[in-house]
Amino acid sequence: MKTLSTSNMITNVSRRGFFKATLGGAAGLALAFSLPEKSEAQFGGPGPATNKPNAYIHIGSDDKVTLTTIKAEMGQGPYTAIPMILAEELDCDWKNVSVVFAPVDPSVYGALQSVVGSQSIRTLWTPMRIIGATARAMLVEAAAQKWGVPATQVRTDAGFLVNTSTNARISYGSVAEAAANLPVPTNVAVKDPKNFRILGTPVKRLDTRDKVTGRTQFGMDARPAGLVYAVIERSPVFGGKVATLNAAKAKAVPGVKDVIQVPAGVAVIANSTWAALQGRKQLEITWDEGANGAVSSASISRMFADRTQQPGANARKAGDAAAVLASGAKRLDAVYEAPYLAHAAMEPMNCTAQVTADRCEIWAPSQMQTPSRDVAAMITGLPKDKVQFHSMFMGGGFGRRGRTDFVEDAVHVAKALNGTPVKVVWSREDDIQHDWYRPASYVKMSAALDASGMPSGFHADVACPPFPNVGPNGVSGTAVECYEQFVYDIPNINVDYHRPDTHVPVSFWRSVGWSQNTFFFESFIDELAAASGKDPVDFRRQMLAKSPRMLGVLNLAAEKGNWGKAPAGRTQGFAITNNIGSFTAQVAEISVTNGKLKVHKVVAAVDCGHIVNPAIIRAQIESGIVYGLAAALKGSITIDKGRVQQSNFNNYDVLRMDEMPEIEVYIVPSTEAPGGIGEASTPGTAPAVANAIFKATGKRLRSLPIRNQSLA
Amino acid sequence: MASIKFNLNGKTQTVDAPGDMPLLWVLRDVLGMTGTKFGCGMALCGACTVHLEGSAIRSCQTAIQNVAGKNVTTIEGLSADASHPVQQAWIELDVPQCGYCQSGQIMTASALLAKNSKPTDADIDEVMRGNICRCGTYQSIRKAIHLAADIKARGGRA
Repeated sequence: MKTLSTSNMITNVSRRGFFKATLGGAAGLALAFSLPEKSEAQFGGPGPATNKPNAYIHIGSDDKVTLTTIKAEMGQGPYTAIPMILAEELDCDWKNVSVVFAPVDPSVYGALQSVVGSQSIRTLWTPMRIIGATARAMLVEAAAQKWGVPATQVRTDAGFLVNTSTNARISYGSVAEAAANLPVPTNVAVKDPKNFRILGTPVKRLDTRDKVTGRTQFGMDARPAGLVYAVIERSPVFGGKVATLNAAKAKAVPGVKDVIQVPAGVAVIANSTWAALQGRKQLEITWDEGANGAVSSASISRMFADRTQQPGANARKAGDAAAVLASGAKRLDAVYEAPYLAHAAMEPMNCTAQVTADRCEIWAPSQMQTPSRDVAAMITGLPKDKVQFHSMFMGGGFGRRGRTDFVEDAVHVAKALNGTPVKVVWSREDDIQHDWYRPASYVKMSAALDASGMPSGFHADVACPPFPNVGPNGVSGTAVECYEQFVYDIPNINVDYHRPDTHVPVSFWRSVGWSQNTFFFESFIDELAAASGKDPVDFRRQMLAKSPRMLGVLNLAAEKGNWGKAPAGRTQGFAITNNIGSFTAQVAEISVTNGKLKVHKVVAAVDCGHIVNPAIIRAQIESGIVYGLAAALKGSITIDKGRVQQSNFNNYDVLRMDEMPEIEVYIVPSTEAPGGIGEASTPGTAPAVANAIFKATGKRLRSLPIRNQSLA
Repeated sequence: MASIKFNLNGKTQTVDAPGDMPLLWVLRDVLGMTGTKFGCGMALCGACTVHLEGSAIRSCQTAIQNVAGKNVTTIEGLSADASHPVQQAWIELDVPQCGYCQSGQIMTASALLAKNSKPTDADIDEVMRGNICRCGTYQSIRKAIHLAADIKARGGRA
């Protein structure tokens, strides 16, 4: 058993008003705690330090345990996994746990409530353990006082306190009020992981039942009384403005209430989504397209290539790669490219908002709760504490809902409606054509092989639009992900970043820069192995002696995937990733028949540290592989005349049931600090499949998607 | 605007709506039944799947006037208590992730099982390929359909 300091993290707030508001005045023990403000440069740098409490648990006299979670749920499972950590240390009965979403309130919940970067478990693991253990310690103390025995004579057992000398048992709820009057201990003991009984087990998700009965309230399902509906026509060329508008025909459509201009374009407001969509078809708009009406994917690609000819900003340097590359050793050069990608979450963007003179209410499926509230305050001119944000379940996020544009749309329309609540719905076409895309990217790589055939030098020139910003060193951290962090032991490394700016909005897409760079880099590593005549797994293994966790998953995936022993008619490809604090390896098994690709199987091994819920981990590894495979096979957003050419699932198709490979997932047992899981497997699938295609056909795929290329 | 009468989840339902309004929007916006989802508006994704006379149809492409006098079942009407074999199987295997597509997946799968009590993987591919899941739950869905077939064969209880 390990003792951890609560170090002013925890506040006993049993008597504070906000619990009464949230939990209907339930009596009991309520603890608030502050999370260490852990910043990730990727998400805009460190926030202000704060000791304010930002999440809490409540144990009622009725034995119910309520956890308020600051993490919204978009499918990855934090709604279940975070309570598991708490319940483990609290040692309560899992059946009594329920979860509510937190409102946005920085005075209670901290500076930034968001669900991004596979961070939920990583950032909440230790705080949840401490808060759970603290509550348990206070319940033990309350029971000890009640029985007049030392606390050492009281143990807990799944929601009960047991007097070890008399075997008397009382429930947590029966002493919750008494515990609420005790001081918060300054140090608490957390469980030895070998005594875990909830963590590490495949506990069923808490959100499943509502999701199979249609009861889950997604953003799209918000229905405040008096609701009207709106859709917005946006400039087909990003950044364009309305030049002329004739709304007469649109206003004549039955059900249409009004047509107004908002910053995003022209909003048609109606008594149903259908009427709004019908009205929008009748709008007569001419657009001032601005300066970008001639931009195309080809012109963007040429611009990226040009950028790599110019001096870049250094992102990683070890030794002297230039000297090694110039030394006459065996050398390989290659250029790789990847297209823009849309997210295509199943639930199109939407937000419901109501704005009155003195307050604003928002119902949004958002990965960015606090920024959504703040932008609503800015648009309405209301104080932030007059904006009430409701976290709705998200029909997928994948990074798209890390933007607040769809919230802004709804608040602008609602502001014009003076108190009438409005749901602004994006059609699938709006969603595909006005996304914040995974950026296109263009990368030149060079490597030198030494006499033994192993890489002695590596150089990359990365051209990829920057977001959310460029660091003081001139490098976009998201653009060079993977190149900055790969763990192969190569003595001389140089990575340069070249900044190309386009008018196409770009942002986070599941696994971010790793998504394209892992395809480039792990394919190039495969090229090097082939040039050396080495087995691709042996080649990688030789460069991983200093990275035992990476080596561990490589060996596990190779073993479980029967590496080197593909069934007749099939070939295998391999790739590894070390994103989001986890380590993943994949074996893809494919066949190419008359130029037609079939992905039969993907075997993945993952080391994500402490296992919270193996069923959720398996589901996320499968999920990430499917998301990565869809993009690898089919994903491409192309630009012509400044606008996106794709519009719906007919021309931006994704993976379907009949294309689904068999997936096997193997999880490395670990007591390391937890890593992320939601994005772990997405990057490795494209290179694993492409490397298998090389094995089958001799064709090296240096761009995506695969379906655009002849495999015959 | 027309007054249209049809049978919804076993009860007579009358709605006043334009005859060409898709059933999807009648369910969601007029009747407030939000279990049926909007995904693409073009019958490309299956999120809006409901049963019309027991067959899986895309409610986003079904005008309300064509539903007059017919029987419609939505996810809300599949069972009162999540006891339909498909729902039981989905719960047993924890199929949903984000869950947004699952109403449609379940309605397509239940219509499949009503016609084919023991579907093969090929049968499942053929029918379920019309339902997109961006969370990639296809492997779980396939297992759950086989499980639901077993549950049904055993008399409906897991």
